[in-house]
Amino acid sequence: MAVVLILVLLVVGSLLFHVLSPWWWTPIASNWTYIDSTLVVTFWITGVVFVAVVLFMAYCVFRFRHKPGNKAAYEPENRRLEMLLASGTAVGVAAMLAPGLVVWNQFVTVPDEASPLEVVAQQWLWSFRLPGVDGKLGRADTRDITSENPLGLNRNDAAGLDDVIVEGGELHLPVGKPVRVLLRSVDVVHDFYVPEFRAKMDVIPGMVTYFWFTPTRTGTFDILCAELCGVGHPQMRGTVVVEEAADYQIWLDQQQTFNQLLASGEQQPVN
Amino acid sequence: MVEIPSGSAGAVPAAEVEDVELYHPKSWWTKYVFSQDAKIIAVQYSLTAISIGLVALVLSWLMRLQLAFPGYFAFIDANHYYQFITMHGMIMVIYLLTALFLGGFGNYLIPLMLGARDMVFPYANMLSYWIYLLAVLILVAGFFVPGGPTGAGWTLYPPQAVLSGTPGGSDWGILLMLFSLIVFIIGFTMGGLNYVVTVLQGRARGMTLMRMPLTVWGIFTATVMALLAFPALFVACVMMLFDRLLGTSFFMPAIVEMGEQLQHGGGSPILFQHLFWFFGHPEVYIVALPAFGIVSDLISTHARKNIFGYRMMVWAIVVIGALSFIVWAHHMYVSGMNPAFGFFFATTTLIIAVPTAIKVYNWVLTLWRGDIHLTLPMLFALAFIVTFVNGGLTGLFLGNVVVDVPLSDTLFVVAHFHMVMGVAPILVIFGAIYHWYPKVTGRMLDDFLGHIHFWITFLGTYAIFFPMHYLGLLGMPRRYHELGDTVFVPPSANTLNVFITVMALVVGAAQIVFLFNLVWSLFKGRQAGGNPWRATTLEWQTPQTPPAHGNWGRDLPVVYRWAYDYSVPGSAEDFIPQTQPPSGGLTREVVA
Repeated sequence: MAVVLILVLLVVGSLLFHVLSPWWWTPIASNWTYIDSTLVVTFWITGVVFVAVVLFMAYCVFRFRHKPGNKAAYEPENRRLEMLLASGTAVGVAAMLAPGLVVWNQFVTVPDEASPLEVVAQQWLWSFRLPGVDGKLGRADTRDITSENPLGLNRNDAAGLDDVIVEGGELHLPVGKPVRVLLRSVDVVHDFYVPEFRAKMDVIPGMVTYFWFTPTRTGTFDILCAELCGVGHPQMRGTVVVEEAADYQIWLDQQQTFNQLLASGEQQPVN
Repeated sequence: MVEIPSGSAGAVPAAEVEDVELYHPKSWWTKYVFSQDAKIIAVQYSLTAISIGLVALVLSWLMRLQLAFPGYFAFIDANHYYQFITMHGMIMVIYLLTALFLGGFGNYLIPLMLGARDMVFPYANMLSYWIYLLAVLILVAGFFVPGGPTGAGWTLYPPQAVLSGTPGGSDWGILLMLFSLIVFIIGFTMGGLNYVVTVLQGRARGMTLMRMPLTVWGIFTATVMALLAFPALFVACVMMLFDRLLGTSFFMPAIVEMGEQLQHGGGSPILFQHLFWFFGHPEVYIVALPAFGIVSDLISTHARKNIFGYRMMVWAIVVIGALSFIVWAHHMYVSGMNPAFGFFFATTTLIIAVPTAIKVYNWVLTLWRGDIHLTLPMLFALAFIVTFVNGGLTGLFLGNVVVDVPLSDTLFVVAHFHMVMGVAPILVIFGAIYHWYPKVTGRMLDDFLGHIHFWITFLGTYAIFFPMHYLGLLGMPRRYHELGDTVFVPPSANTLNVFITVMALVVGAAQIVFLFNLVWSLFKGRQAGGNPWRATTLEWQTPQTPPAHGNWGRDLPVVYRWAYDYSVPGSAEDFIPQTQPPSGGLTREVVA
């Protein structure tokens, strides 16, 4: 009997924990509310199945536990019941998968008006690059990285000379404007992760990965690395400030371009 | 209406292969140390796996202490923390779970359950264990070399695994890990081929494939999968060794490490991830399928009822095994691979939920109208179902590509895989040990100690991993030595972390009760007799307990029925052993 009671308590306790505990996702700050909705649908479907299976089991233990003289039934198969359960499961799975794939389609389809933003990861800090007035990012290569050119931009590519370079991990973004994030690593695998944006993506050396989102509310959010990248992994932090367009423009004007960076590098005396 | 499956009592074909003479050991050394007896090898595998598992348990304590009380224990610095999580993961997945299920239970149960005298290649079987032991020793050596073991995470993703920013990356750590895995795979291949050939060729007369106990089906399918999946890990290890030692660039693109240009270029880190997970996902089922099989037999035996839907159960095992080879990239949804793959892998991954759910239904339907004896094996089986259902359902979150995006690389993932492929299979291992210990030793494990062990382990692990999902939902990343200051994590989350750590310490301590029980019962346990659970399968029908070398005395057993004739209507006993001929006219032609 203790077994039955504990199984029931386990179900009740899990449900209460889900409803009452203070630990739930942090309020969203991007357009990916569909992700949250799909997650809630999944919670409902899986929650019902969990409760049903465990309670059914508890009932079986209660009703059919051994008593002297009992004998079990002999029922090797029941094709109808098995088929019924299999099809029911298939329907439940489809109910989760279908919205998931629809949202994934949105996730991988970058809108044309999204403006590019390059995130460059290295052990253990974040840097950023924004297109200049031409709206385009110039070419870059890990092989071109030097101490004056920390992001490895191609000096012969005119499109890159006006690119804005942000070192030191504080990024600003205008609210309400879709961003196409292009991710590049110069050493190991990292992952650009802002919990409030829901979206995240690995940063792989040797290739450019991407995702997109639209910041939907102003505020200051933590950037974390979500892929183990060595002992400094937890310290690899940055900040993203989402602000109104006017404030964003003020910040943007204070940042230096690649051209300015090169010029300041050349002015320094050689030791 | 009850339809009798094809595996029920019937005729038995004549023997096709003659009984063979086994190698008989001549000294204590060849009998107990360099033994070719699968039962001794099984015990060797099991003891080695449990010993190295204890190391992993202690490592988990250390990492939990750090997570609950960051900075309080000075010796757990970032380097050590990453070494602990790496070794914990690798030991649990490969050197404990894989070795114990296939090397331990596989060796003990395959010949006995199929009515064979031994594995078909006893000598290769012996070699398999000693090579496994060598792999374990190489792994452990990592703790004693300069720089310590690797801290690359059990997934060993390059380039960080072989660079100096990771513990052991530019020292011996990563090399020993790769060597150890390579040696393990060589040893496993010898054992694995043995299990497959024994199942296909070594069965007793009358033991058709569709009369095999589900335990054997689970171990057999898992072994076939392992033989197909481990080569991917093998080549990945060799390629990474080349990258690290010979300067090749399989996985190494152009890299600037700490301001310095490295001499690599053109390689692909994602290639490693594909190879790793092509092994890594089947690996989940290499651990899960033996557990599925064993738990089916535990439930059937202790509920005194045939397993419900045997044929469907067999097909589910085979279909899960096959599907598991085309779902690997669900570990890589946010890896930067072509996002179009997401559609395919999310679909295959969620399809696998259907045969898996069928298995769960059939377990609970076996309980329905059963005669449930709440023995320790049954309790562990019930606990397995709860844990597995919980962990399996959270897999539907992570498998559904878009839901995975916010959750991947958070503690939600850690909680999920511990539930589904950590705790759940281990609960089955415990249930199986309580079930088969009487056959191995001739004595019963102590019931009172067993109950203490069971309740703390079952409820404790649930208390560890159920709340952990919510920390992940909150956004708490995994593999963080310390969380530091974050805006989105409330201070109360740290209280939960302390609670989880306390539970982890308690659950770990409860395993001491189990170990004590194993030793104490060996000498003081109640005498078990040959068939204490009144079970139908062949291993309980041996002439001696523990079974002698060669298992069956003079004559091999002959099998007349499937493994699940419990509570057959009209039968006096509530079980009919597989060796019992059907009452009626079939006996004569069988003997002929």
